[in-house]
Amino acid sequence: MSVRSIVMNEFDQVATRQNMHLAPLTDDLALLDSGLDSLCIAVVVSRLEDELGVDPFSANVEGAQFPVTVGDFIHLYEGAVSPKV
Amino acid sequence: MQATEQISMWNTIHSTGNFSERFLCGAEAVIKFSDLIRSSSLRGRHEELRGRSVIIRTGDQLASALAMIELDGIVRRMVLCPPDIRDQDLQFVAESTEADAIVSDFSESSRVPSVGLVIPCGTELTPADYDPKAVYATEWILLTSGTTGAPKMVVHSLRTLGGTIESDVSLARRPVWCTFYDMRRYGGLSIFLRAMLGGDSMVLSSTGESTASFLERAGANGVTHMSGTPSHWRRAIMSPAARKVAPPYIRMSGEIADQSTLDRVRAFYGANIAHAFASTEAGVGFVVNDGLAGFPAAWVGRKHIEVDLRVEDGSLRLRSRRNAARYIGKSDGIRDADGFVDTGDMVELRGDRYYFVGRRDGTINVGGFKVHPEEVEEVIQQHPQVRMALVRAKKSAITGALVSAEVVLATEPGSCDDQSAIQQDILQLCRNVLPPHKVPVSINIVSELPVAETGKIARCCA
Repeated sequence: MSVRSIVMNEFDQVATRQNMHLAPLTDDLALLDSGLDSLCIAVVVSRLEDELGVDPFSANVEGAQFPVTVGDFIHLYEGAVSPKV
Repeated sequence: MQATEQISMWNTIHSTGNFSERFLCGAEAVIKFSDLIRSSSLRGRHEELRGRSVIIRTGDQLASALAMIELDGIVRRMVLCPPDIRDQDLQFVAESTEADAIVSDFSESSRVPSVGLVIPCGTELTPADYDPKAVYATEWILLTSGTTGAPKMVVHSLRTLGGTIESDVSLARRPVWCTFYDMRRYGGLSIFLRAMLGGDSMVLSSTGESTASFLERAGANGVTHMSGTPSHWRRAIMSPAARKVAPPYIRMSGEIADQSTLDRVRAFYGANIAHAFASTEAGVGFVVNDGLAGFPAAWVGRKHIEVDLRVEDGSLRLRSRRNAARYIGKSDGIRDADGFVDTGDMVELRGDRYYFVGRRDGTINVGGFKVHPEEVEEVIQQHPQVRMALVRAKKSAITGALVSAEVVLATEPGSCDDQSAIQQDILQLCRNVLPPHKVPVSINIVSELPVAETGKIARCCA
């Protein structure tokens, strides 16, 4: 499974669990407009850490920006995972 | 007998003047200070509340704010309800504080059988022949979460809440304050009073308002001083509306401010960034302005800007005129024999600075909301297949921490599928009874848990 589909799948699962309505996910959609609040996003990040073994948010990278859109979020994981594969 | 006139919120606001420029902005309305003169948000019924113990219960923060301004000095006691207070807790609080009136905007349930008088309030001002004669040094009661689930009631006064710390930023015009916090909690209330008593304006947040719409409203009102938890700020810079505000001064409090969040937010806004230490019991302790995490070790053991700091058994203790007076309905005092408040926040000396490392009692801070591990463990232990549970913090770069649980089962699970089914079952149980931030992000099944010499599960602070 690609990093993208793993991330998308977690969005789905966390939304379902929290009974939240997930907007159709596109790369341009703002994360905070996805229907998930910041607690849900924190849960997604924690679950992805278990699944992918990385937490790109905690990595203290100089000049690293927090993601604003769903696309930013996915790219952050693609960047963090791919060099090791 | 003529009672002596007290210093009150209204007469302090009145003396600071500058009414034509000042405002208080809520989600639904903006109130100009000049509108407050000879008007009432209580439909002119404040006299009915004189000398009473009054619960302020509103959905809208602006409605609470206006009631506080009008009632300080008039009522004997003011109980501020945070938005998420449960009905059974409201009843308990009403009894403990001997409340004999409720001020309500009726957007929230405010049925308390023991309280007969309900006075409507709101953000609409009506002309009133207001005699703001302040004869009471009103007690301000703040609620904070307790280990048992029932709220702790902390007694403050305008004097303890209004003791402020100067910010280092000098501005060409008067500050417009703004906070992500709810102003019925200490973090928000201290900013609110700071703005009101200091001659400034303020933009209040609103329960349920999206980050984007709040940032837009704050930006449109020209905020200059903005405060929130590190989690609030991480959420802000993830918002497409992040650039709607450009505050020259940013303050973080309510959670440990780590270096990477301080750096990120400073780089994003190019603002002066400070982090403050405060708690409901100790009040505002100090503000760190050098942009670094932790605080200088040199501050400990001597008076630093009106507060005495002490570190004893690893925890930070504070003594200042901003300390709360006492608890209601609890035998233990807030201060020790030397007048210090033990904050329960553990600090560690590294080089010439102290750093916060967590809570002594293991309390988990999820985005500014306290979670007592015991209350989550109690829920998990209701599951018939659970022998014991240990709940601890898991670090999160988004909310600071999340809740995670380790569980010892009564019998070994038969297979991986069984194990997974039990995990799901426990999670469902938690979701049914706990608010989302208290639900563990993971349930790890382990064969044993460390037990301390006291026979209790060994808890160590994260």
